Amino acid sequence: MEISNNQLLRFTTAGSVDDGKSTLIGRLLYDSKSIFEDQLEAIETTSKRKGHEGIDLALFTDGLRDEREQGITIDVAYRYFTTPKRKFIIADTPGHIQYTRNMVTGASTANAAIILVDARHGVIEQTKRHTFIASLLQIPHVIVCINKMDLVEFKEEAFNRIVKDFENFASKMLITDIRFIPISALLGDNVVNRSENMSWYQGAPLLHTLETLHISSDLNKVDARFPVQTVLRPQREGYIDYRGYAGRIAGGMFRVGDEVIVLPSGFNSKIKSINGPSGELAEAVVPMSVSLTLEDDIDIGRGDMIVRSNNQPNPSQDLELMLCWLNNNPAKPRAKYTIRHTSNEQKAMIKEVVYKIDINTLGRSQDDSEMNMNDICKVRIRTTQPLMIDSYRENRMTGSVILIDENTNETVAAGMIV
Amino acid sequence: MSKYFLNYLDELESEAIYVLREVWAQFQNPVILFSGGKDSIVVTHLAKKAFYPSRIPFALMHVDTGHNFPETIQFRDDLIKELDARLILGLVQESIDKGRVAEEQGKNATRNALQITTLLDAIEENKVDCAIGGGRRDEEKARAKERFFSHRDDFGQWDPKNQRPELWNIFNGKHFEGEHFRVFPISNWTEMDVWNYILRENIEIPSLYLAHDREVVYRNNSWIPNSEYLILEESEKIVTKKIRFRTLGDITITGGIESEADTLDKIVQEVSAMRKTERGDRTDDKRSETAMEDRKKQGYF
Repeated sequence: MEISNNQLLRFTTAGSVDDGKSTLIGRLLYDSKSIFEDQLEAIETTSKRKGHEGIDLALFTDGLRDEREQGITIDVAYRYFTTPKRKFIIADTPGHIQYTRNMVTGASTANAAIILVDARHGVIEQTKRHTFIASLLQIPHVIVCINKMDLVEFKEEAFNRIVKDFENFASKMLITDIRFIPISALLGDNVVNRSENMSWYQGAPLLHTLETLHISSDLNKVDARFPVQTVLRPQREGYIDYRGYAGRIAGGMFRVGDEVIVLPSGFNSKIKSINGPSGELAEAVVPMSVSLTLEDDIDIGRGDMIVRSNNQPNPSQDLELMLCWLNNNPAKPRAKYTIRHTSNEQKAMIKEVVYKIDINTLGRSQDDSEMNMNDICKVRIRTTQPLMIDSYRENRMTGSVILIDENTNETVAAGMIV
Repeated sequence: MSKYFLNYLDELESEAIYVLREVWAQFQNPVILFSGGKDSIVVTHLAKKAFYPSRIPFALMHVDTGHNFPETIQFRDDLIKELDARLILGLVQESIDKGRVAEEQGKNATRNALQITTLLDAIEENKVDCAIGGGRRDEEKARAKERFFSHRDDFGQWDPKNQRPELWNIFNGKHFEGEHFRVFPISNWTEMDVWNYILRENIEIPSLYLAHDREVVYRNNSWIPNSEYLILEESEKIVTKKIRFRTLGDITITGGIESEADTLDKIVQEVSAMRKTERGDRTDDKRSETAMEDRKKQGYF
């Protein structure tokens, strides 16, 4: 088989408890022939033991012992499948326990979000919550699957009514690409194969949609950003004076000869060479791991950022963030945390909770400044040294931070720079 | 490759290199867990790229059960020489001799579970704070829940229900003295991706992966190789078959498949038509539905 030029698409699935999320994933894997015989046999055996008729596709997504025993999903699970057009990574996020925390995690790297709506119940509170998180995390593409169409007799009116409701509330959110597909995950309608029961639907089935989404523009290809991870200084013959700055391009493109500036020190230089994974390159694009050498000897280390002289991020010590709290221990007012932004690490203090978002009504509350697990708040923080930031809307890699509790070493919050 | 986007294999490669460089930047004494299997070979190859033109800054740690394919050991030693890297050995036999673990008995006895103690002892003795592994999330259902940077407490245990959230590509490897991390740079690769990459990069692999004639016995739906450790049932008989191995573990538990694929090209073709998972031929995973999860919690690879 020839090694193709196919792209990788990461998507997350969000749904409530009984809206058929596991069945949908099982159906995608099954109909795209991504399930192996021994997996199928194991599921057939379990289905029989549990008294199901036929095979229960939802069982494909069971993972840990407790999940099997309790029939729930505890943590994000990653699943993989490939079609002749693309490779896919699914971040399968649970519907109930620590919902926000898990969906935020799954959404952080996703190109697309699949949001499931039960055709019988239409847009409910949870649907709004999922959509809000997809917009907060700036997932570039949202696909709303209106599921269980078989239970509303495959009627076009039912579908149209939900689309209208959805568009109504979603118009207030920052979502640039949204599509609607009527499906039946259980029967397979419009998942991989076009539905014969819904000839009124002219659009593409889900898999075809995923295969053709335009994702080349999902990363910022304009503003060149290179956070330095580590410095390569080979102590061996032929490379005695070699200093390579290793990192993964976080935005835009770099070319040999580019005029660059190193932040925060402010020294200027030119790119002398770019070493990619398979040798020297004339240019390299996000999200490639490379190492750069510069024309001048400059003191550069982990946490520094190399950018083009004519396109720089904002150095800032005072950040406004949308912060999602991820830990059982609530945020302590004015407490200090370690903040990680790209490869840079500083101390930070939460100075002010501007407002908290009520995830059910999407209203803002200004009097409630306590941040508990799963809360989403707008906050102001101050860092010990300036960070080289972009807004999260412009660049998800240089616009995101995490907070780490120094007492437990745990990651306690995820922040998106406003 | 297009000028403006990466294909999936290039993206996976860059992701893995990024993860390996984060390990180097965040830990004091990281090692690569090297089994001689294709996944740890690919990780080692990626490490070579990540730090070029420097040498691989990680030692290779091999937990040696003593029940090896001789080809694996030869391959390991040749690679160590080529990389000019340090080899750290954890010997299961030593753990048995010291009375740290007891050998399993009977026909299905393996040293698979015994490795956990040897591995954790080797990590502690060598003050390793990060062990890089070739685990992939597509391999097994418990592994599907694994993080890139996976925390282990001071007993070496994994707590799958209480993992640190991992967002964007920001990895948090902070830990207390005595704790360590397991890091999986090729988490997002599938078996097919690994083979395609080996083919593309022309990476050398042990000859066991290629079809060859071997004495085997049919057991648990796969071909178990004949070795000095094999205990035959009366009904079983040894035959010679043209087989190859999809994964490499102990010689006692690794089943082969009948195959004519004796080149990398043919393997890639064969794997893409394969209808069984690669771990389907590993008897260690067949002991129960949650065999992998249970071992992983205790500190398994």
